[in-house]
Amino acid sequence: MTLLGAGLGLKPEHYEEALRCSADAMWFEVHAENYMAVGGPRRTWLEAIRREHPLSLHGVSLSLAGAEPIDARALQALAALVRELQPALVSEHLAWSRFASAYLPDLLPFPRSRAMLALVCAHVAEVQDAIGRPIAIENPSHYLRLEGHDFDEIEFLAAIARRTGCALLLDINNVHVSAVNTGTSAADYVDRFPAELVSEIHLAGHRQDPVHGARLLIDSHDAPVPAVVWGLFDRFVERAGPRPTLIERDAALPAFSVLMQEREAAQRRFAPLEETA
Amino acid sequence: MSAEMHQFQSSFVRALLQGPEPALPWSHQPGFDVYRNTVLRGAIDALAANLPTVHRLLGDDAFDAAAGAFVRAQLPRDGRLVRYGAGLPEFLAASAQLAELDYLPGVAALDLAWIESHLAADAPVLATSDVFALTAEQLLHGCLVPHPSARWLSFPVPAFTIWRHERAGQRLEEPLSWRTESALLTRPEGRVRWRAIDAGEAEFLAACASGRSCDDALESVLAGGSGFDLALSLPRLLQAGAFTRIDSDPS
Repeated sequence: MTLLGAGLGLKPEHYEEALRCSADAMWFEVHAENYMAVGGPRRTWLEAIRREHPLSLHGVSLSLAGAEPIDARALQALAALVRELQPALVSEHLAWSRFASAYLPDLLPFPRSRAMLALVCAHVAEVQDAIGRPIAIENPSHYLRLEGHDFDEIEFLAAIARRTGCALLLDINNVHVSAVNTGTSAADYVDRFPAELVSEIHLAGHRQDPVHGARLLIDSHDAPVPAVVWGLFDRFVERAGPRPTLIERDAALPAFSVLMQEREAAQRRFAPLEETA
Repeated sequence: MSAEMHQFQSSFVRALLQGPEPALPWSHQPGFDVYRNTVLRGAIDALAANLPTVHRLLGDDAFDAAAGAFVRAQLPRDGRLVRYGAGLPEFLAASAQLAELDYLPGVAALDLAWIESHLAADAPVLATSDVFALTAEQLLHGCLVPHPSARWLSFPVPAFTIWRHERAGQRLEEPLSWRTESALLTRPEGRVRWRAIDAGEAEFLAACASGRSCDDALESVLAGGSGFDLALSLPRLLQAGAFTRIDSDPS
């Protein structure tokens, strides 16, 4: 099996460079929804890159915590994509984004009640059955202090993993953003996160809300990974060892070489592991 | 599903679209605006990406106003946001503020046709030489099947001329001839291409797409009053990559 080191989110602007990239342990992640077309140049590119590098399919719209049933057409499209591309990783979010047949392009929060745990587990199991393999569930960014939680987020995610056999995707930028926005400790979250369940890590940048400043952070994916996120990443890796790690950048996209420098910074954390292997 | 979680998500969506409510304390927290902005911005940005020519013609502010109104009226139905905006041409046509821009719905339809062509299934292109190898009888009794990436549109105003110039970053030559136009978009060799076609050619493509034989399609176009010369038009359509194959007529 190919070793997955640090990878990059794949953007159409970087297709050529991604195809030619020969970095060791490199992989690419795409938002599954952007490639659910049946044909065309976009799919041709993705298939070409898939022949050169391992691929991760990251979903943003399955609405695993939605009160509504999973969209059957979207699930079929995801299953077809998984079958055709045989990705190394498949992931989604602990959030909802569909209601009354509308899709709301965001990762929305909910009270983590016992009823929600049962519902999310049923949805995760349905997705895993449809695609024939486990997925990883990501902790989203939080902007609200909600009431009505029966579990904290780590307990909730661990319970889903225990019941469905899914893995977890630890987004360390989301941990920091959520901790600032809800007044909790990011270091405590990272220390408590069940390392044995983590199959992937996300790293990204964020920005301050233009009105509320440093008290309200926005998970904008439009900036380099900041020192505070690198610090939390090192804290996790020192405890748990490295995991496949993605540098996410979805806006204010720099040159591929600039992203590769950030990716190298993450890849350096893998060196001790490879030396002892 | 519990009534409680349905009620929470229902009130969350209402507050996202209509604003905070006294009975929903979380909707007054500063962070709630982040969700409101992200949902609205995400949908508007998807429209801007899907309709780049409409965006450029209107400019940021007017586009945001029109797209924001559309988002509130017709939220996305699908996580595949690249499919979002199908109702926008009709929405723009019904907008009182944009009534003077009578070419805008056509420009929007062309932007959407470009995306559809770009994402359509892959299929072989029917070569001109293959059709020329047929007898006249085989051709007339055959059913020409449009390529999955072929899109043809007709407009009562010069929407295609405006779209084509804007897309190429070229200035429009004034005065613009205010006339009906038809356009064909195809995707030979993986890139979407476009060309002006005659109204009769667009009608012929539509007749072929409905499964008529070449003979029947020809007859229906001529009966409709549009001029159409198969010997002239078919090579042009074939050269553009408008067809994927010719089936023998089952009847």
